[in-house]
Amino acid sequence: MTPKKLGLKQRYALMTRGLDWETTYQPMDKVFPYDRFEGIKIKDWSAWEDPFRLTMDAYWKFQGEKERKLYAVLDAFAQNNGQTGISDARYTNVLKLFLTGVSPLEYQAHRGFAFAGRHLRGVGPRVAAQMQSLDELRHVQTQIHTISHYNKYFDGLSEFRHMHDRVWYLSVPKSFFDDARTAGPFEYMIAIGFAFEYVLTNLLFVPFMSGAAYNGDMSTVTFGFSAQSDESRHMTLGIEVIKFLLEQDADNLPIVQRWVDKWFWRGHRVLGLVAMMMDYMLPKKVMSWKEAWEIYFTEAGGSLFTDLARYGLKVPKYADVATADAEHISHQNWATFYQYTHAAAFHTWMPDRAHMDWLSEKYPNTFDKYYRPRFEMWAEMEKQGQRFYNNSLPQLCQVCQIPMVYTEPGDPTKIAFRCSQVEGETYHFCSDGCKDIFDAEPQKYVQAWMPVQQIFQGNCGGASIPDVLAWYRLNAGADNMDYVGSPDEKLWNDWHAAAARAAG
Amino acid sequence: MLNALDTAEYLDHVTVRDARKNFHGNILVYVHWEDHLSFCAAIAFPLPPTLSFGALVSDVIAPAYAAHPDAARIDWSKVEWQIDGVRMVPDLSLSLEANGLGHKSLLRFKTPGLHGWKGSAN
Repeated sequence: MTPKKLGLKQRYALMTRGLDWETTYQPMDKVFPYDRFEGIKIKDWSAWEDPFRLTMDAYWKFQGEKERKLYAVLDAFAQNNGQTGISDARYTNVLKLFLTGVSPLEYQAHRGFAFAGRHLRGVGPRVAAQMQSLDELRHVQTQIHTISHYNKYFDGLSEFRHMHDRVWYLSVPKSFFDDARTAGPFEYMIAIGFAFEYVLTNLLFVPFMSGAAYNGDMSTVTFGFSAQSDESRHMTLGIEVIKFLLEQDADNLPIVQRWVDKWFWRGHRVLGLVAMMMDYMLPKKVMSWKEAWEIYFTEAGGSLFTDLARYGLKVPKYADVATADAEHISHQNWATFYQYTHAAAFHTWMPDRAHMDWLSEKYPNTFDKYYRPRFEMWAEMEKQGQRFYNNSLPQLCQVCQIPMVYTEPGDPTKIAFRCSQVEGETYHFCSDGCKDIFDAEPQKYVQAWMPVQQIFQGNCGGASIPDVLAWYRLNAGADNMDYVGSPDEKLWNDWHAAAARAAG
Repeated sequence: MLNALDTAEYLDHVTVRDARKNFHGNILVYVHWEDHLSFCAAIAFPLPPTLSFGALVSDVIAPAYAAHPDAARIDWSKVEWQIDGVRMVPDLSLSLEANGLGHKSLLRFKTPGLHGWKGSAN
């Protein structure tokens, strides 16, 4: 007689619960040394509700099926020379930014969730964190495989892993994750699980994937579909984490609120790279950053925080400042890369007239008044053979590590300068948000590896720009500088000339 | 709280990564030209604290901003200076230190009559 098959719920309980024990040779506090010091109080770990009941065997089966589909599409894309069908070779610079800046974060997330899973003593969140850890490892692998096809043809991709640890602007995403991973397991879960994966993820993921779709990059779109069901699982984990912590003890609220404030602001700063990508780098635009912010933060985030108000949780501090920033950051960031194009591992370009008109339409309050004159001045200089470069190194914010380019709330003509003194040393910040983060934990941020300071201290291959670029493994003359005149542009024009000849 | 996370022990391992002693005798000075945001941020310079303020202006600041169309029109005798938030009139013959510039000081300057490309603060 065949044994009765177990129901899904029963099967899930048997495979995820009651697998551990109270230790006796060593006290539990030594086995789980990190889940108390942050001050979070958990009364009942068993109150954790798994938001997504997936057993490991089902997990392998689903993921295996998705992989087969993804790799079939990648093979077809390669065999059909899909790289020739994208909107324009400028688009590949989006992939360069993604592979150097974002994909290594997937690996960091894998490590971070593995650590959190190991160090949370409740079995429910441990299982969920371990599964997310595996997802993140799969994401970094599939992203590398997907984008590797472009590496056969385009510059700026081959040293992505090395660059992530060294290149000045990549310290922005890198230090964001270093900060999360050097926090305790609960802060990590709020930082990445809630603030990033729940509140802000749509602002990262949707723009890159719809940008790929609009610009003919079917391989990256397919990667996006393959990751989508994982992302929705991550979102439900993020919301469960915050509800669980807030339900367990009222004393958790101020700690959680501080983390939500901190990680919202840090995430907002990192996402400035996405803002620039949407408004300046996609040859075919999806929507403006400002529109995306309205849909995915103001509206979706608004209803989320209304829902969480019953726990006493408030909208993140400085959310209003971030919303006002949405009128500015993409322009300020692209202007930064334009003037430091010689030190960037992707190409830049001057927006043409049609592009500037689109920006005027999308940013009626700010573009014509503050940013169009900047680009017109530089366009004028380009015409005279005096293309504008900034040959000095910029002041950086001690927390987000972005050059201090952001302006005062309410006055886009004045750079915002903030500072704090700790034991006789001065530290500079781009905003009240970054200053608050520093002031809450100065011992952490005085240790920050600041790219500009490291160059001046002689730790980055030498004192000249070519020395530093060599240390970055940035192939000067190919990876950097303007798109116009680049080997990428020449390759693209050659393909199109050949296609035109073939068509007669 | 466990030993490994004891605050005192943690503090013993904190190193101030950008302490003055790590800059080979230089101090780090930030310079910002108001109303000229085409230079996206203040500029960082490692400088000998004994450098004269006059040399800072002629050999460091002026060349760094030379690419701007306004640069050639700066009358340096009319420039208004501010160090770490305080208005001051520098003595060009004295050193940076004697003028009040320290490690990671911020030096901001305004150029009366020059407010960027077509007055747009760019």
